[in-house]
Amino acid sequence: MTLLALDWILMLEKLILIAIIVFASLGIALYTTFSERKVAAVLQDRPGPNRAGPMGLLQPLADGLKLIMKEEIIPNSANKALFILGPAMAMTAALMTCAVIPWSSSVELFGRKIDLQIADINIGILYVFGVVSMGVYGIMIGGWASNNKFSLMAALRGASQAISYELAMGLSLIAVLMISGSLSLKTIVDQQMAPGAWWNIVYQPLGFLLFFICAMAECNRTPFDLPEAENELNMGYHQEYSSMKLGFYLFAEYVNMIMSSAVMASLYFGGYDIPFLDESTLAPNIAAILGVLSLLTKIVIFLFVFMWIRWTIPRFRYDQLMNLGWKKLIPLALVNMLVTGAVILWQQG
Amino acid sequence: MDTLQILFFLLSALAIFSAIMVLVSKNPVHSVLWLIVVFFAISGHYILLNAQFLAIVNLIVYAGAIMVLFLFVIMLMNLNADTEPRKNWWMKLAGVVSGGCFLMVMVSLVRQATELSGKAALMKTGDIGLIKNLGKALFSDFVVPFEISSVLFLSAMVGAVVIGKKD
Repeated sequence: MTLLALDWILMLEKLILIAIIVFASLGIALYTTFSERKVAAVLQDRPGPNRAGPMGLLQPLADGLKLIMKEEIIPNSANKALFILGPAMAMTAALMTCAVIPWSSSVELFGRKIDLQIADINIGILYVFGVVSMGVYGIMIGGWASNNKFSLMAALRGASQAISYELAMGLSLIAVLMISGSLSLKTIVDQQMAPGAWWNIVYQPLGFLLFFICAMAECNRTPFDLPEAENELNMGYHQEYSSMKLGFYLFAEYVNMIMSSAVMASLYFGGYDIPFLDESTLAPNIAAILGVLSLLTKIVIFLFVFMWIRWTIPRFRYDQLMNLGWKKLIPLALVNMLVTGAVILWQQG
Repeated sequence: MDTLQILFFLLSALAIFSAIMVLVSKNPVHSVLWLIVVFFAISGHYILLNAQFLAIVNLIVYAGAIMVLFLFVIMLMNLNADTEPRKNWWMKLAGVVSGGCFLMVMVSLVRQATELSGKAALMKTGDIGLIKNLGKALFSDFVVPFEISSVLFLSAMVGAVVIGKKD
């Protein structure tokens, strides 16, 4: 079946894969909100949400229903088109990252070999950066279109924070790329999976730490949640939003957390690699399923660390945030890059 | 028409339409947003030419960083359609005439250039745009101009910091 010289079965296969990954990420994000509240409750020594359903497990559904049922308000003085575009862009940018993440090796179904990665492009990690830099627009457009000075201030804060931390993130990433010699996430994961190879965290502990801090800042998580600092800015850039538009902003944060956890797991913790197990000895389908589970486990651990930090550390002041980004993280990342380059040169002789 | 041509015309139409919208929009913020759409369309063209690195760098640098700074300035200065002074009709006329002349010069230049005559764009082939080949070319054949331009960037950065410092 060829029309326009396209492989339509491949297109269908990719569309199904995209649908599965998008819905799975949204589902995980739904329950991440629940586990965030539960983790907060444990850390603060209180029971947390426990009324809706057994152990409160239906709480996220109740929250979602509440958000959808609320009245949708668009302020009179707001720029209507951009007011709607803002949350849509935030969500789209958050979900688009999933295209280059290798969720597992390939499965064989109906005689076809299906890669569990939407697109293995040779600029994979740069694509992630491109999408992350688009995420700023969701905040900026929403904050500006609300026509509220607190929203605008929060949006400008958020955008300057994101730009500042993107730099340190890119610099800490270069060291990983120097080791692996490839921008494709699939290749980076395969190199860490090879028998006898170590995960990149062994070679790049400092790089990982920097990347993790920057990822936290990019996701606007405490201690970097200045765009939502409610004691200074009322509620932040989404102050004028209500109903599901607000829900989109809140969900986009959780989807961003999941995607950055997946990227960190792929870059530094072997992606879908199962430690101390040679996957080539298993049947390909079983290895693929175990690989997905392994990656999901790593993502859940990262999510827990995100929450743990959020409920432990207080928020930075704005000047402290900028000092940390420009005067500490960037020089450290540069030193890390130089040392890595020197070691690689020395090993090559 | 094959897929490549359909994509080419779609992207070209998108690029031209949004470029016109950049000029027509009364609101400066809308202009910036349409300009971002132009960058996206042009990145699409780069991908059709198999220059993926260029495409993504175009998005990261122009759409992701420079346009954010544009938005910063426009939002902070709070430019509105009312504050923009209306131009005289003869100013508009002069603009149209000079713009038309410029277009004519550019078109004739492209038509007469010996490097371009009788050549078609390489669609989906050619691998100089891939990051590996581009990096090798930049750091072997063109290393001196590359390093000189990076020094230029550094000096521009230092200059910006010096100007931006108070006192």
